[in-house]
Amino acid sequence: MKSTRLLAWLAIAIGAIYFIVPLIGTFEFSLRMRRGEYSFDAYQSVFSDIQFRTTFGFSMLMALFTIIFGMLLVVPTAYWVRLRLPKMRPVVEFITLLPLVIPAIVIVFGYLRLYNSSSFLPLTNSTSGTNMLLVFSYMTLSLPYMYRAVDTAMRMIDVGTLTEAAESLGARWPTILFRCIFPNVMSGVLSGAFITFAIVMGEFTMASLLNRPAFGPYLQLVGANKAYEPSALAIIAFAITWLSMGLLQLVSRFQKTAPVKA
Amino acid sequence: MSFLSLSHIQKSFGTVQVVRDFNMEIEKGEFVSFLGPSGCGKTTVLRMIAGFETPSGGTITVAGKNQAGLKPNQRNIGMVFQAYALFPNMNVADNVAFGLKVAGRPKEEIDARVKEMLGLIKLEHLADRFPYQMSGGQQQRVALARALAPKPQVLLLDEPLSALDAKIRVSLREEIRMIQQQLGITTVFVTHDQEEALSISDRIVVMNAGCADQIGTPAEIYNRPATRFVASFVGTLNLIEAKVLDPAANRVAIGDQGVTLREPLGAVKAGDTVSLALRPEAGSIAEGAKGDTALSGEVVSSNFLGSVIRTRMRVGPSVISFDMFNSPGLVPPAAGETVTLRFVASDLLVIRD
Amino acid sequence: MSTRALGRRIGAQPFAKGALSSVPARIASVAFLSKVLVSRHFPDVARSMSHSALIDRRTVIDWLGIAPFMIFALLFLILPTLYLVTGAFFNPQGEFTLKNIADLFSPNILSAYWISIRVSFASSLGGAVIGFFLAWAIVMGGLPRPIRSGLLTFSGVASNFAGVPLAFAFIATLGRTGLVTVLLRDMIGFNLYSTGFNLLSFFGLTITYMFFQIPLMVLILTPALDGMKKEWREASEILGASTWQYWRMIALPILWPSLLGTTLLLFANAFGAIATAYALTGSSLNIVPILLYAQIRGDVLHNPNLGYALALGMIVITGLSNVLYIWLRSRAERWQK
Repeated sequence: MKSTRLLAWLAIAIGAIYFIVPLIGTFEFSLRMRRGEYSFDAYQSVFSDIQFRTTFGFSMLMALFTIIFGMLLVVPTAYWVRLRLPKMRPVVEFITLLPLVIPAIVIVFGYLRLYNSSSFLPLTNSTSGTNMLLVFSYMTLSLPYMYRAVDTAMRMIDVGTLTEAAESLGARWPTILFRCIFPNVMSGVLSGAFITFAIVMGEFTMASLLNRPAFGPYLQLVGANKAYEPSALAIIAFAITWLSMGLLQLVSRFQKTAPVKA
Repeated sequence: MSFLSLSHIQKSFGTVQVVRDFNMEIEKGEFVSFLGPSGCGKTTVLRMIAGFETPSGGTITVAGKNQAGLKPNQRNIGMVFQAYALFPNMNVADNVAFGLKVAGRPKEEIDARVKEMLGLIKLEHLADRFPYQMSGGQQQRVALARALAPKPQVLLLDEPLSALDAKIRVSLREEIRMIQQQLGITTVFVTHDQEEALSISDRIVVMNAGCADQIGTPAEIYNRPATRFVASFVGTLNLIEAKVLDPAANRVAIGDQGVTLREPLGAVKAGDTVSLALRPEAGSIAEGAKGDTALSGEVVSSNFLGSVIRTRMRVGPSVISFDMFNSPGLVPPAAGETVTLRFVASDLLVIRD
Repeated sequence: MSTRALGRRIGAQPFAKGALSSVPARIASVAFLSKVLVSRHFPDVARSMSHSALIDRRTVIDWLGIAPFMIFALLFLILPTLYLVTGAFFNPQGEFTLKNIADLFSPNILSAYWISIRVSFASSLGGAVIGFFLAWAIVMGGLPRPIRSGLLTFSGVASNFAGVPLAFAFIATLGRTGLVTVLLRDMIGFNLYSTGFNLLSFFGLTITYMFFQIPLMVLILTPALDGMKKEWREASEILGASTWQYWRMIALPILWPSLLGTTLLLFANAFGAIATAYALTGSSLNIVPILLYAQIRGDVLHNPNLGYALALGMIVITGLSNVLYIWLRSRAERWQK
């Protein structure tokens, strides 16, 4: 028992060193910009960079669209599959897991070939079309996480009974979906939203190959051309991830304690 | 010296004392039940015998050997858990063989013993099944066979029936008792179900708040509960308040009716209040019922419970329940009716705490 | 349970009515139109259809409910992939050929696959071993509770902290002027880079990838370890087994599908990753995703269809490891009931 605990502490110590040292290293590096003393100059430089602001804003906007459209696609589908097409469940679940199997770079490669200027759906012809394609690609990337989060939330509230209750009170389907189902799976929706946000903000492959001015390619650009700013950006990115995951935990904790037996 | 001896066992978790000064001598081949509500320390005592917990004080000896410092895997004890705890990656035969295998027994011996054990629990035909393919009752029988296969000195059963359906619970407990007698193995059985304990034990230890309240045969525990706790925990019991009239003559009054007790009242004086206990099945209101003592009262209610009818009547400040066996022609007394309950005075116990 | 089932049965009545009354007119007209068309050409079928018209209409609605999702998946997931997969078997003139597949075995591409496989394998194996060790420590190590929740939260963050910023973090730590490199040099006079170490190499990429591989392993394996019942341990102990025998005969056989499956998932995860490697090494390290990236950017292979074959190869490898993962996972779940 004693040796077990010793071994466990050793494991934690190794893990802590492996995970914390790079973070300390990055933070320390980000403070080195001014010669001979520590300063936040690198951060100042980052925040005053107009490109930082525009790309960050662009990615935020893309994340927002991804979350909204993703949910509009995923929530009704998960609902419908649970309620009316349970036999399609394995198929739908398989499809939602495909983005984990097919690498992002392959998917975007397919987009570039399929939706170029000479195709039946020339999305890459215009800026707004490409932006749309980017949002669709992000929706694809986040599909496994969004679907899982929403589906779990639906299982917890027993959508079938809830729907029947609403039906028996005379509600019509838009009412049911938007007034009964959406609010009750809100925790799942939020969970999915935060993880989507974390994914989209740092995403590089899709945005880079679609040539959109997103945060990920900007990070790469800064990394290739500057010395200290990348570390500052890494710390900022880590903070964003931490924030999203923190909120996710908060929501999922709320999900567990919420009185679900309505 | 007895086969399994627990003397002055204590156990504390932090500042909470869960077992205090527990003493028990168990003979070879005896079936002893630890009975008590959850949190009374009965499982902790069992786990100390197994070696999963170390006593804070006291000694445990098995066959004259002090168990202190022995790890569970050095004790040669068999144990059956509440949640079956069969190894999910092994089939029935491999589960039963496990103890022999880790002891490095030769293969022929293992095979023969497994066969014998499966015969004992009558599951030879399921030897190739995996635990998830079997019912709870079957799994628990396999767990029993697994525990017995290495021929342990002592068998520990930790609420083995609690997770099962009512019907299987009864049949399996009879099976356990049969196998135990057949093998003559010293067995400690932990349960919170008094019916279980009463039906299969040689002796019962009723535990309350970390102490043994009473140790005795099932009949002694049921008929002569030593404390108020034992009386209330085992079976249904009427607790009757009585006023002492004459301590020397064991004379008390229940309401305004005088009763002479068989048991000495002890150190009380006239005018004191004492608690008496009476089992619902001890008396009868039938014409010509036997008994040297009678109490009259007004019926409060009669409840039909299937094989018996339980009637409650008011006598002075107390309400007394009594049972009648149901029979087709029986008309239970109606509320408001006055009835007379006859019983033997020795069934009226004095409760001392 | 019975009251619930009853409630569902009672509830089913108004539900069916309500659903039909709220059919959008357009869908109804489609159904009507198809009936008309059918009745004109196949009178027999139409007769039997009008018999079961109610059911048919319902079926149509049922399928229309997931149509948006299916169309989305088809357009943005399945068709693009199929386009590449089929494209791998054709030459630019549109004739069927296996030449692209054969060309994958040219030294340049083969070495890219080889490095990718090695990096993915090493980082997934390293991630699996250390991750398992960490998950074991928080589940069975008897450590204080806050350590467990702290590590799990951190794992949630770190497993999502991939891509470009991760590369920056490791450059700042183990790069030529990184904190650890500098500290090692100044404090104990050890020059990391004189040993041949290079962050932009196979080894550097592997330890960088492990930064998100380990936490992923912790996240997936912790529930599996939680599913190991304490009683199994105790039962084996009281039956005379040593700790080693417990692990060899019970714990590892139960855990190996989860362990191996998760390792495969980590493998696929590393195999498809590009951002970290690209930010770390630019295009100097010849791994498959970077090669494909360069191909998409500028047709460096001078044959678009060879690019498709490259993509196909990636799908095959990640697909295989995922299929194995799912299969092993289902085996593992059998025991978690």
